[in-house]
Amino acid sequence: MFDDLTDAESKALAQCRHAVLGVGQPMRLDCGVDLGPFRIAYQTYGTLNADKSNAVLICHALTGDQFVADRNPVTGKDGWWESIVGPGRILDPARYFIICTNVLGGCLGTTGPLAHEPATRQPWNLRFPVVTIADMVRAQAALLDHLGIPDLFCAIGGSMGGMQVLEWAASFPKRLFSAVPIATAARHSAQNIAFHEVGRQAIMADPEWKGGDYRLHDTAPERGLAVARMTAHITYLSEQALQRKFGRALQNRDTVGFGFDADFQVESYLRHQGSTFVDRFDANSYLYITRAMDYFDLAAAHGGVLSNAFKGSPTRFCLMSFTSDWLFPTRESRAVVHALNAAAANVSFVEVESDKGHDAFLLDEPEMFRTLSGFLQGAANARGLAGGSK
Amino acid sequence: MSNAIRVDLQLIADMVEPGGRALDVGCGDGALLAYLVNFKRVDARGMELSQAGVNACVANGLSVIQGNADTDLFDYPDSAFDYVILSQTLQATRDPRAVLEQMLRVGKRAIVSFPNFAHWQVRLRLVFGGRMPNTPSLPYKWYDTPNIHLCSIDDFRALCREMGVTVERAVVLNRNSRPIRMPPPLANLFGEQAVFMLRRD
Repeated sequence: MFDDLTDAESKALAQCRHAVLGVGQPMRLDCGVDLGPFRIAYQTYGTLNADKSNAVLICHALTGDQFVADRNPVTGKDGWWESIVGPGRILDPARYFIICTNVLGGCLGTTGPLAHEPATRQPWNLRFPVVTIADMVRAQAALLDHLGIPDLFCAIGGSMGGMQVLEWAASFPKRLFSAVPIATAARHSAQNIAFHEVGRQAIMADPEWKGGDYRLHDTAPERGLAVARMTAHITYLSEQALQRKFGRALQNRDTVGFGFDADFQVESYLRHQGSTFVDRFDANSYLYITRAMDYFDLAAAHGGVLSNAFKGSPTRFCLMSFTSDWLFPTRESRAVVHALNAAAANVSFVEVESDKGHDAFLLDEPEMFRTLSGFLQGAANARGLAGGSK
Repeated sequence: MSNAIRVDLQLIADMVEPGGRALDVGCGDGALLAYLVNFKRVDARGMELSQAGVNACVANGLSVIQGNADTDLFDYPDSAFDYVILSQTLQATRDPRAVLEQMLRVGKRAIVSFPNFAHWQVRLRLVFGGRMPNTPSLPYKWYDTPNIHLCSIDDFRALCREMGVTVERAVVLNRNSRPIRMPPPLANLFGEQAVFMLRRD
């Protein structure tokens, strides 16, 4: 059923764990389709303690993966959150059992449009059911069941990862002791949907996309996917950061070329971002995961009132936003804070001063580290978790 | 962790029964919150106007959000807390009466501390000095003070009567932040600040 792995999938699965779930009982997706069996690829760091109280789930963003804190076998680069996860870091494997799953719909080992449909033994491609953030979270909860982990000490993630954290709090409040949604929102805004649509149209406009069946034709919509990435990448930065980094500096030349080569450094940078992205990400997977983000609207799923999603929540929340993030601006986090207050939930909220835009949550932000460290220490004390202060 | 906090904060902390739920509005650096959490096992949350204050509190493991007493108490449901605390902040709110109403809606009890504008030093400064008062508890100049709704202890009592709010406890503090026991007119003269515990009827 999972035959015909891509190179990236093979490399990923060789370096992480995986579980086949939904074997006897398929998982009902929000779209109504029953999915099963399906595979979840995941990475873990540290060990589960005797009373199973130290599990931390890290939820990755749109183009993230399970390789949080070890070398990514596809790109050869460091893990994407080594600033936070690792020995001596805030999330120290010596203290926590840290899990990160490749999301449902992903392309690094977890079942997505690359997989084969069990009934037909044909690649799903665009016949793969559209999945939601809630489906991703259900799959993660199924993995925890499989691993025998009753509840999480903490679920943490930025951007789409933060959406999963909020969904966790709403869907499984009793299985979540603390939640850290960073640079995220309880619903995807019109502007964000619009940017995603530009990306998807770029992919689908590429003649190599072939209605999603490009692998059958031994090709890939690389140009379309690169353009999608270039557009998205702009939204992850801030105007100030772009200006500071590139200004109007020219690339390997003294004067403009009166043509359409990458005259400016910023163009060259974006082209590089686009071309390296296609080596590690699947175009159909990009369509599905952006769609999942677009469909996310936690209030709508709870009678139109966001605070209903958190009614009686026992979870301790810590939200963070960044001043220059215009993709998930502070007001989105504040809306979640207001809803949590209306539910009288235990909530902390910190806006971090940064000019690095949305991507700040992945970067070296001392204020974020201090906040996270203090919050987790407080939560660990409340949970009675052993271990020294970090 | 140190257990020494400002005397007026200690007084407030002493009014809070252990084990309950409290919201400290204008929690500053979180000294009172930390005390309530660590020494009284209170599920204590904070709201603070300054982002720097909020960040410092959260970095110390306290549950604090950035917010404004005038606008952000409306979010909370009725009786969400056993105590809502407002220490040395009432005089800086835009609508103190509405803030008090919200505090008593959100909390079963409200604890409020404020500087007394009828303290003898204030009276002397204004009557004989002819200048706006400048005292240890009112250290600002008239043009940079955040205190836009100053009141005396008697003013505050009058407001409580008008609102039909029960004063469960009232403690008046002298210049050294020591409680003084005097009949109201004298307390209103010699008290530099006061701490009131209120409840709805």
